[in-house]
Amino acid sequence: MAAYQKLKAARANDRPTASAYIRQLFENTLELHGDRKFGDDPAMLGGVGWLGDLPVTYIAIEKGDSTQERIRRNFGCPKPEGYRKALRLMQQAEKFHRPVVCLVDTSGAYCGEDAEQRGQGQAIADNLLQMMRLQTPVISVVIGEGGSGGALGIAVADRVYMLENAVYSVISPEGCASIIWKDAGMVAQAAEHLRITAADMVELGVAERVIPENFEQFDQMCEQLKNQLLSDFAALSALPAEQMLQQRYARFRSIGQYQETENA
Amino acid sequence: MNNILGLFRKSGNQLETGGSAGLQPADTRQCPSCKCYETKAAIRKNKSVCPHCGYHYRIGARHRIRMIADPNSFCELFDNVRPQDSLRFPNYAQKLQNAAEATGETEAVVCGTASIDGQPCALFVMDARFIMGSMGSAVGERIARLFEYAAAQQLPVIGFTASGGARMQEGILSLMQMAKVSGAVGRHSEAGGLYVTVLTDPTTGGVTASFAMQGDIILAEPKALVGFAGKRVIEQTTKRRLPADFQSAEFMLQHGFIDAIVPRARLRETLAGLLRLHAGKEAR
Repeated sequence: MAAYQKLKAARANDRPTASAYIRQLFENTLELHGDRKFGDDPAMLGGVGWLGDLPVTYIAIEKGDSTQERIRRNFGCPKPEGYRKALRLMQQAEKFHRPVVCLVDTSGAYCGEDAEQRGQGQAIADNLLQMMRLQTPVISVVIGEGGSGGALGIAVADRVYMLENAVYSVISPEGCASIIWKDAGMVAQAAEHLRITAADMVELGVAERVIPENFEQFDQMCEQLKNQLLSDFAALSALPAEQMLQQRYARFRSIGQYQETENA
Repeated sequence: MNNILGLFRKSGNQLETGGSAGLQPADTRQCPSCKCYETKAAIRKNKSVCPHCGYHYRIGARHRIRMIADPNSFCELFDNVRPQDSLRFPNYAQKLQNAAEATGETEAVVCGTASIDGQPCALFVMDARFIMGSMGSAVGERIARLFEYAAAQQLPVIGFTASGGARMQEGILSLMQMAKVSGAVGRHSEAGGLYVTVLTDPTTGGVTASFAMQGDIILAEPKALVGFAGKRVIEQTTKRRLPADFQSAEFMLQHGFIDAIVPRARLRETLAGLLRLHAGKEAR
């Protein structure tokens, strides 16, 4: 499937949203609200529960699965208080040595006057800094759209999974098309050039695993995802914290392609 | 009939009015803020600040370094890390070449060590003239190496940001530089290192959402544009002009996101003072 088809699939209205995964993956959950500073962001969900026999913290960007829900969830575009809630829950998880599962599905962090007033940039910057040194394993799963900094704000992780048709991008292909070609109609070309697919992520070192999609048998699909998470968490938890952080640093440190000329 | 759509369209909204280009003699510049004309020589002598209204012109990285560092103290590092067109993105190779020719730089950031009034530091200065100071793999790599070097050498880092954000021509690799640099900033910080950022016009997008906002102390030049989302993106969503000071350094100060606004004329002494304060008694 071409990048543009994947983009459409990742955004499809009938695609399962984060809440569906939370119901299927975790048991005995309790949703935890608020950033303790300003408010509670309905676009960013978080809570605690059981992944099989493992107590975990989950964080998820929820787009909403009906028109009413989508409006309430701000179409899955979190505000600064959302990123601060996520960080609060991650640091709580660190205290109690719980692994963290992040489900990413957003076109991007909310672009609005109030978000700027409350420091959207600062909130994401803080998450990147703190997640990089969080002393508990983190796995982020891009279940639909991974929209730029708004996605990365909960995706500085030890492992990143991409669902088969999920996409991850530095800018929306629409935005890219209108900047590069001054033509929003060039979306398909932009999507292709930006390299946004799950296979691209694995090739570029941004993601480790591609999770096959099977929404008709969603319970089976989630069972596989759950087993994958449990197996990776077991490996990560076996490492001394220092080593895990070293590997997380090395993981991001190695991403990027540049030339290195001889020193003059 | 080609104007038929105009019948159904509201008359020009606020976004479509204003702005006109004037004629001006070659050796003078019109201040974009107060519209006064001044010779380029006089502006440059005044640290590229408008002598009439205090508007801070954007300046290149080398110019900035000459303004801030002690004469002949700057030693460039990691300039052997060069950008490449990894994704074969349309026109990117040409864009890189044009930017290099126009600026004489090889990337949108210049890194190195220097002293400021005798105080040693590591320094990075972004250059908005190089593809809007955007951050790709090489920019991220240079800055990450600088923080690692500074941590090993126990040097404070002074960073001047000027960027439109992540560089889209390198796709997801650019986005990941935000995490990479954040990791390096964190390690330098855990080693006890001081990091001072100076936000200059413009500091937006992925740079704001990463290392620009991670300084122990965050300074900004007056009126610098500082924000996350593009002002135009927000305006076109709301169809409403945002207040004039929206996303300015002053706006950021008012909302508690930066420590101080420092005019260019006082930047060098302010940075030297901070370096001395963190170096302790013997530096006083």
